Amino acid sequence: MRSHISIAIAAAAALALSATLLAQSQATRGTPTARPAAAPQPKSTMNPRTADGHPDLQGVYDLATLTPLERPPMFGNNLTLTPQQAKRLEQQVADRKEQAARPSDSNRAAPPIGGDGSTGAAGNVGGYNNFWIDNGSEYVTVNGEKRTSIIVDPQNGRVPQVTAAARQRQAARPNVPTSDQQEGTDPGLERAPGAYDDPERRPLGERCLLGFGSTSGPPSLPVLYNNLHQIVQTRDTIMILNEMDHDARIIRMNAEHLPSTVRKWLGDSVGHWEGDTLVVDTTNFTDKTRFRGSTDQLHVVERFTRINDKTLLYRFTVEDPATWSQSWTGEYTWPATDTQLFEYACHEGNYALGNILRGARQRDAEEAAKKSGNR
Amino acid sequence: MKLGLRSVLAVVAAVAGAVAISLVVPVSGQQAPAYRAPRTPDGHPDLNGIWQANNEANWDIQMHVARPALALRAGPYGPVPAKDVLALGAVGSVPPGMGVVEGNEIPYKPEALAQKKKNQDNYLTSDPEVKCYLPGVPRANYMPYPFQIFQSPKAFFIAYEYAGATRNVYLKDPGPAPVDSWMGQSVGHWEGETFVIDVTGFTDTTWFDRAGNFHSEALHVTERYTRTSPDVIQYEATIDDPKTFTKPWKMSMPLYRRVEKNAQLMDFKCVEFVEELMYGQWRKKPLSQ
Repeated sequence: MRSHISIAIAAAAALALSATLLAQSQATRGTPTARPAAAPQPKSTMNPRTADGHPDLQGVYDLATLTPLERPPMFGNNLTLTPQQAKRLEQQVADRKEQAARPSDSNRAAPPIGGDGSTGAAGNVGGYNNFWIDNGSEYVTVNGEKRTSIIVDPQNGRVPQVTAAARQRQAARPNVPTSDQQEGTDPGLERAPGAYDDPERRPLGERCLLGFGSTSGPPSLPVLYNNLHQIVQTRDTIMILNEMDHDARIIRMNAEHLPSTVRKWLGDSVGHWEGDTLVVDTTNFTDKTRFRGSTDQLHVVERFTRINDKTLLYRFTVEDPATWSQSWTGEYTWPATDTQLFEYACHEGNYALGNILRGARQRDAEEAAKKSGNR
Repeated sequence: MKLGLRSVLAVVAAVAGAVAISLVVPVSGQQAPAYRAPRTPDGHPDLNGIWQANNEANWDIQMHVARPALALRAGPYGPVPAKDVLALGAVGSVPPGMGVVEGNEIPYKPEALAQKKKNQDNYLTSDPEVKCYLPGVPRANYMPYPFQIFQSPKAFFIAYEYAGATRNVYLKDPGPAPVDSWMGQSVGHWEGETFVIDVTGFTDTTWFDRAGNFHSEALHVTERYTRTSPDVIQYEATIDDPKTFTKPWKMSMPLYRRVEKNAQLMDFKCVEFVEELMYGQWRKKPLSQ
């Protein structure tokens, strides 16, 4: 019963929000022709604007949130959490962090060789402790309601099933890196044949080509840590810096896409204003970006709207007919932060990739020695 | 009276000379007005755009003649390309350049000069550019790749095509850099027509060029960006590093606007290109050497 009420509220809220956005966008869309370009633009602290009259989206934003991309199945079609649910879940995370922040027992034994078999990074041998993890303390609030998932369409908050062709394609090339692959989800040497044979088979994050978990985008998604993004806005270009791995996404305003022969790791982004919303259209991805196993035909449309002087609403729609039978859409807020953004020099300190491959070759040599000894 | 050819030529020459003088020599007491750059909305010179140096400084910031290769070995009649770069032939040779160091001399301390020579002798394993590492400052500005300045009243940001290097230039000093970094911490301010950036907080891991010129983590670079014409920024970098040099010294060069209609930064994620060099030996089946 409660869930039905929540859905009704969510639906009403969504309608109200979209009606507001529509009204805003229509109101503003009419103005440029009706008003000389140099006319003073409305100014308000709630909605700062640049000299050319567009909303000022600049700042550093922390994308960390507890709301996952995909909705846990337990929430079904329920997009929102009740305040009680949200409070309880957020408290659980706070308790866990508080627990992890306590001093370690100095007399504890070493973790077992090879890890304890858990799914954490490197089998919980101490790869990431509390110090590293910075994935937020709250669920996303949109229009006053806490969200169960970033995905809002389809209704179940899950990425649509991939097409049969995509399933075949992906099965034929197992353990191939994707731009959204998470840190610490490596299946292990025994369970992923070939995945340790060559650097090209390693995750893009591990190779320092892109941050993990599609933090670089598009679409930009929240990840375990290093969630800062900086926007610098000029008349002709808008730049979004991804903290991880210091990738500057350069959005050319009112421009045409590059020829299809030019492919970019983060795709080719062109932007335009629809009223007070920045709309960014991205195509021309490489066939190595592979967001969630998609092809180089991936097409992402992002919409950035300032909803108050500290927050942007980020909404994205993803489509690739070669991968999904329908497009899908997510949204979450980007809160501004005063936190300083530091250089994420990944490749320069990447001892991991060499050591991982070297470790695999060491294991190969040991296996070979065992076999020849058994002979 | 018939004028001889010689007389005609003399008259033509005299007239041409007078015209040339009047074009070149400013009327006394009148200076040509200084170039005034277009402004951003907050009234500062507009440095937005895609820029690139057009010189050989990345090969060697000092004046130099052409060399057979970046990595050399002794030949019977002088240095020849080292084995590792031999196949590149003329493509692997070093183009000559007039240099960008004011006065041409770099005031190295004696032990630092010895290190510079060592860097040059072990070029292939030492230059951070070979491994696609972040280039540091000022090297990023004169590598043979374009870079883009994003300037607004609230921010000043530089994105480099090479290795996707970036610099956010603080417009308000956040205090000493809490951590060292490859690109340093940049803090900028305007001095009239010139944007001045103080860069500190460096590591000792970047170089100035492919000739082994280097610095320590004590490096402090003061950069000056001044627009001198629609498509030129005059760029200066004062290098102060008391651990490496006996006194500060300066580089200067023009940076040119990439005026092509379709000018834009493309991907140069060279990390991918050096995987074979750095990790190829640990492939399950290493490629034949």
